Amino acid sequence: MNIITCIKQVPASSDVKIDPETGAMIRDGKNTKMNPYDLYGLEIALKIKEQHGAFVKVITMGPPAATSVLEEAIWMGCDDGYLMTDRKFAGADVVATSYTLSQGIRFMGDYDLIICGKQTTDGDTAQVGAELAEHLGIPYACYVDKIIEVKDKSIVVRTNMDKTFETLEIAYPCLITVDKGSVTPRLPSYKRSVEFKDKEFHFVTFNDLPDQNEASYGLKGSPTQVERMFNPDKNTNKVVLNGTEEELANKLKDILKEGKYL
Amino acid sequence: MAKYNKLNNKDIEYLKSIFSSDDCFFGDEIGEDYGRDELSTVRNMPEALVFINNAEEASKVMRYANERHIPVVVRGSGTGLVGGCVPLEGGIVMCTSKMNHILELDEANLTLTVEPGVLLMDIYSYVEPRGYFYAPDPGEKTATIGGNISTNAGGMRAVKYGTTRDWVMGLEVVLPNGDIEYFGRKVVKDSTGYSLKNLIIGSEGTLGIVTKAILKVIPKPAETLSLLLPFRSEEEALDAVPEIIKAQVNTIAIEFFERNTIGFAEEFLGKKFPDTKSDAYILLTFEGANKEELKANYSKAADMCINKLNAIDGLIVDTEERKDSVWKARGAFLEAIKASTTEMDECDVVVPRSEVANYIKFTYELASKYNIRIPSFGHAGDGNLHIYICRDDYSKEEFEKKLAKVFDEMYKEASRVGGLVSGEHGIGYAKKGFMKDLLGENQIRLMAGIKKVFDPNDILNPGKISE
Repeated sequence: MNIITCIKQVPASSDVKIDPETGAMIRDGKNTKMNPYDLYGLEIALKIKEQHGAFVKVITMGPPAATSVLEEAIWMGCDDGYLMTDRKFAGADVVATSYTLSQGIRFMGDYDLIICGKQTTDGDTAQVGAELAEHLGIPYACYVDKIIEVKDKSIVVRTNMDKTFETLEIAYPCLITVDKGSVTPRLPSYKRSVEFKDKEFHFVTFNDLPDQNEASYGLKGSPTQVERMFNPDKNTNKVVLNGTEEELANKLKDILKEGKYL
Repeated sequence: MAKYNKLNNKDIEYLKSIFSSDDCFFGDEIGEDYGRDELSTVRNMPEALVFINNAEEASKVMRYANERHIPVVVRGSGTGLVGGCVPLEGGIVMCTSKMNHILELDEANLTLTVEPGVLLMDIYSYVEPRGYFYAPDPGEKTATIGGNISTNAGGMRAVKYGTTRDWVMGLEVVLPNGDIEYFGRKVVKDSTGYSLKNLIIGSEGTLGIVTKAILKVIPKPAETLSLLLPFRSEEEALDAVPEIIKAQVNTIAIEFFERNTIGFAEEFLGKKFPDTKSDAYILLTFEGANKEELKANYSKAADMCINKLNAIDGLIVDTEERKDSVWKARGAFLEAIKASTTEMDECDVVVPRSEVANYIKFTYELASKYNIRIPSFGHAGDGNLHIYICRDDYSKEEFEKKLAKVFDEMYKEASRVGGLVSGEHGIGYAKKGFMKDLLGENQIRLMAGIKKVFDPNDILNPGKISE
């Protein structure tokens, strides 16, 4: 079985800096980490590898410094890594990003299962996984929180749509985006970090891709125009409730309902 | 004549004249929580419960109680484990939980001044975003700093940073006669007579009431990371500990735990631990001024542990999510073990670091000898072990019989290898006898003498430590 897991390097802190001139996020490559949802994707891929046997590749798009997330994936147990990096890919929105990834995956060759985190903690759109599947013309399921069965020709998963769960069986090749669920991602292994110290990754550039139309990639291929980016307001408002236990429980329930948390 | 007076109507009226109705409670109005701590086997209800808001209120209560011979017990969150804040003689319980303000961060002197009811977790969340670090790291983050000071709480980073005592520069203390005194100052050095500040620290509320503390802070280390080392057996993991210490690998914490304990934490938290394939684990923590220095530090330790000490691997705990998945479980061990049994009692011995491995192996022998479950985990790097004797299916009587024998053997063994009764939880009520056996009459007499000087009428937390 061949599994491709899509991963992304994101800022390690929520306190990101925005370039006041361009309105874009400043990515200095220093304080970064792997997108937390992608860790769940990797864990699911590596569990399938352990239980059923699989070759797990990871792919990411970003500047050359993003090889550090590929390294981390190898340390966790993945077998090979691909970095899509080219100035022509820069400034991509979700459409261009998912298209570029689909081209990269076509370049990588055969696969049975693609796993993405349900969203990233920087962009937060939760669209790239589904759009990638559309570009590749394969079936997909989003918000998967449980792998029920891995079969020879298909996978059975549970999707969590907040109030409803859906059990789906999807034939390979297919794509799933995964939520936190019940697994805890394994930790990177120091032993593997030593063993694969000199591991070379595949660099995928514009010239490698089947679609050689530059207008499909990067800023040119992005219909989204970002007007402004800013840090959200921090709100530390407090409400103090008084009353008996029962009154407090009811008041709390009302507040949570009002805020649509229940 | 009884040693103490019970509260009469006049006493109640006096307390009511000092405190608003939100801050004083009497008789049946008092919740059962205030008659115990987390060691729920020792219980007694107070006659009055007051919430102090400042040192003056504490002073008025003490002055009055001292004249009237009414016992007073001070408490914070009540997370103690040795019955230290249980009002054995009734009287007044004085709770500091409303004195929970952080008063000042003095960046020129690197101090943080706090009221005693500030929770440990609130100290971290106040100083760390500002670039500072308060190093003591006891597992119970909902404990108050007043409680931490009164037991000289230690925690996981003691290997490098010491215990609460090393981080207290000054204290405002209300004495049993109501006088308000200042021990220590915002000074780094102090050679000015007996260290009364250090007598108050660890005195478990028997000498005075801390109403303000000046804590030391340092610049926050730029980078930290933990390394989780799985081992094939408890013995292999334990045998590695002295070697790690000897190798000077510059770690700030060395924690040991068994797979079973992780299992309890998983069940308790409803969350899987990132690795449960091995029988035993050692968790090391490192710091660095930058990522390169950090890597150099942990690589040296990982290479040694894997190549020479039979560690199966070194699992890297670097991001917030990873630290959470490991340290949250570590922090929940006590509660998790508690939830795994019907009743338990704990032993918080501290032994020389070179004896940790042998001591834990000794507890395995006891478990088998007395046919009782004795899970443990501990600060292997500083010799402080947390050992729990679980009742499980035994009847209360059977358990108590076994417990007494197990404790007796444990404390004797601790003494034999040069250890002490308590590393960080204190003596309180529950461990008095064991301390007396270990330290001997002479030292107990000195302690009792100190108590007498501070509190001649014996009204502050009577029946604890040396009494």
